[in-house]
Amino acid sequence: MRLKRFAPLLGFVLLAGLLYKGLSIDPTALPAARVGQPFPSFTQLELTSGREITEQSLSPGPALVNVWATWCYSCRLEHPYLLALAARGVPIFGLNYKDDSVKAREWLLQLGDPYRLNVADEQGLVGLDLGVYGAPETYVIGADGHIKHRHVGILDEGVFDRDFVKYFPDMGVSGSVGAAAGDS
Amino acid sequence: MIPELGHVALIIAFCLAVGLALIPMWGSMRRDVTAMNLAPTLAVAVALFVAVAFALLAVSFLQDDFTVAVVAANSNSLLPPIFKFSALWGNHEGSLLLWVLILSGWMTAVALFSRGLPLLMVARVLSVMGMIAVGFLAFSLLTSNPFERLLPNTPLDGNDLNPLLQDPGLIIHPPLLYMGYVGLSVPFAFAIAALLGGRLDASWARWSRPWTNVAWGFLSLGIMLGSWWAYYELGWGGWWFWDPVENASFMPWLMGAALVHSLAVTEKRGVFRSWTVLLAIFAFSLSLLGTFLVRSGVLTSVHAFAADPERGLFILIFLALVVGGSLLLYALRAPAVASRVVYSAVSRESLLMANNLVFTVATVVVLLGTLFPLVMDAFSLGKYSVGPPYFNAVFVPLMALVMPFMTVGPLSRWRDDTAARWLHELLVPGIAIVAIAVSLGFLGKEGFNLWIALAVLLAGWVALGVVKDAWRRLANPGGSLRWRSLTPSFMGMAVAHIGFAGVVLGAVVVTQQNVERDLRMAVGDQQELGGYRFEMLSVGQQAGPNYLADQAVFAVTRDGQPVATLIPEKRRYFASGQIMTEAAIDASIWRDLYIALGEPIGEDAWAVRLQYKPMVRWLWLGALMIGLGALLTVADRRYRTQVQRRDAPVVGVAGVAP
Repeated sequence: MRLKRFAPLLGFVLLAGLLYKGLSIDPTALPAARVGQPFPSFTQLELTSGREITEQSLSPGPALVNVWATWCYSCRLEHPYLLALAARGVPIFGLNYKDDSVKAREWLLQLGDPYRLNVADEQGLVGLDLGVYGAPETYVIGADGHIKHRHVGILDEGVFDRDFVKYFPDMGVSGSVGAAAGDS
Repeated sequence: MIPELGHVALIIAFCLAVGLALIPMWGSMRRDVTAMNLAPTLAVAVALFVAVAFALLAVSFLQDDFTVAVVAANSNSLLPPIFKFSALWGNHEGSLLLWVLILSGWMTAVALFSRGLPLLMVARVLSVMGMIAVGFLAFSLLTSNPFERLLPNTPLDGNDLNPLLQDPGLIIHPPLLYMGYVGLSVPFAFAIAALLGGRLDASWARWSRPWTNVAWGFLSLGIMLGSWWAYYELGWGGWWFWDPVENASFMPWLMGAALVHSLAVTEKRGVFRSWTVLLAIFAFSLSLLGTFLVRSGVLTSVHAFAADPERGLFILIFLALVVGGSLLLYALRAPAVASRVVYSAVSRESLLMANNLVFTVATVVVLLGTLFPLVMDAFSLGKYSVGPPYFNAVFVPLMALVMPFMTVGPLSRWRDDTAARWLHELLVPGIAIVAIAVSLGFLGKEGFNLWIALAVLLAGWVALGVVKDAWRRLANPGGSLRWRSLTPSFMGMAVAHIGFAGVVLGAVVVTQQNVERDLRMAVGDQQELGGYRFEMLSVGQQAGPNYLADQAVFAVTRDGQPVATLIPEKRRYFASGQIMTEAAIDASIWRDLYIALGEPIGEDAWAVRLQYKPMVRWLWLGALMIGLGALLTVADRRYRTQVQRRDAPVVGVAGVAP
């Protein structure tokens, strides 16, 4: 009879276990159907030069593909770190997603341009093929042109050190990237 | 210097809270009167130092001290001063400080208003609250220090407060909501104190009842304001989204609704003691769970603060200690003997038990829906989100189920009643309300609306029950009315019940009869909606203090008569570049007209959303009545005379220092 009174406690223990498990999973991590597959093929204009580019232009890997837009507030926060990464020699390709190309060029002039080149994806078609959820997102493409990793949200030093640095063995100690960000 | 002083004040408050958590509790075990007498003094001292810390952080915000990290991240020199102040709690660190401030405010209130209670009880209650304060102060100091500096890389200007939060509703919504959330710690502390003392009796219920009602009233008002804010600020005219964070505030409210009623039974009849104590534990546990869900990042929500697993772990450990500890205490100390008070199946007790059950089930239903995505994710079964269809499908019938009881409950007798007497009391009002409901259901333009008829039936049933109850109290065979029988207790209950009926009616009518249209409109265009004619007169620009707005001016007419001029805006905030929709609303008791600007389409043309929302105000007016009704009950003489009565015999033991 007294055992019945332990029922609420037992229920709570189960709930706490679930919540503990919940802490270790990231609700924004989305299953990336494209990871392990080649970058989807496309033919689009380059943002600043206006020449035609394809998925072949995003080489040589390993490199980052960063999805950004001028309407995206978080991209503005992320931008200084991308500049720092580029300064450290990490190749970054941009995917200017569902954006106005005129505004996007202004942004790069004002804030600096960390990108090797930018896919002007005004209609969001490349983003659709890639499974883009929202900006910012950052993908790693390997030397073979395959997608190795996907990150949704702002890329910062913590995220880079945890999930990205292993794809860039030549980078050395990434702490210096942070220092570079501080300097710039 | 000011932030450092604030930090020191917070550390001193922490040390005092540790003292409050340990010394009176130790005193209560040793029956040491001196140690127990320290409780009120320590509680007030904690409050004092937390208030100093809070005030100093407010000064940093008002002085634009961008060397302080939270100020730099959440304020801006262009921000109007009132928003600089409210920006204090528009972020994780500052809102946590507000949490602690309100907790210490409640502790002070308990210390000041409980002088008539036995010293042992006061010492235990304040000590338990001190433990909660220790947890939250440690959380603030260790993981979320609001006074952290940004040195030497100090920004020239701040990032600005999220434009969504630059709104008068958001100045008072969080404090009210926290008053409710945190206020539930008082009945919790009373329940734990009673369990520790092994005395779960009517006096415990009587002491904790006014506190519970006040806390729950504030929670109602806070939720009401949140819903109202979402309606006019988010720009698409919804009023409840079943978002995880909304649910986090709603679950303690539902539990609190059960607790408020259960305490009444325990006070009056001495039954449901285990139930009541468990509900008190659950209600506060759910408000802690809400804190965890909002601040740990385990669920995605528009409201969630920046996610940080380390903070999440801290709250989870704290949650485990508080909830696990109190449920263990419950398991060990809950009344061993079932109460000997008997009541029949047809009695007020049974009806209130039904109310308890319904609200508990409703809480579980909301909890399951909120945690379901987490469960599936934890077992790698995929990504899910649970939306309004689930919640509406299970929640609406539950609320419909509780409403018939709301009328019969207050009219029925304690212990033993008869169905025949119920029939006698309610037959005439019952028939009347069915007739009204059926005829009102036909009022809509598109024929008989079953849902509206049902809502009118249930809401009218509740309202008539209240009127009948009031009349029964007033009526005097002698002829004159007995106004004194309408006690604040009764009036509070009556107002809250009618408010509940209003919420239900408003919710159903606006859901059923809402008309909404997304259009492309250019200057000179006219549109007919819900019997009103909307004409777009002009489009222009207007500068605000920290934003630039596109404005459109609309004239609304009905049958050629002018009704209102509405000016919806699209604002671009300078600091963040964020775009905000400011809807324009013409409000009245029977209908709201709602215009929101979408995107510009070409020259002078805009995407426009027009809405006609009948009776949407009833939702918030009803919720306001629920909250005010709950607050009103505290004015009852019962709670004051009881203190005076107790003063005399207890004075020797309870020489409580101020």
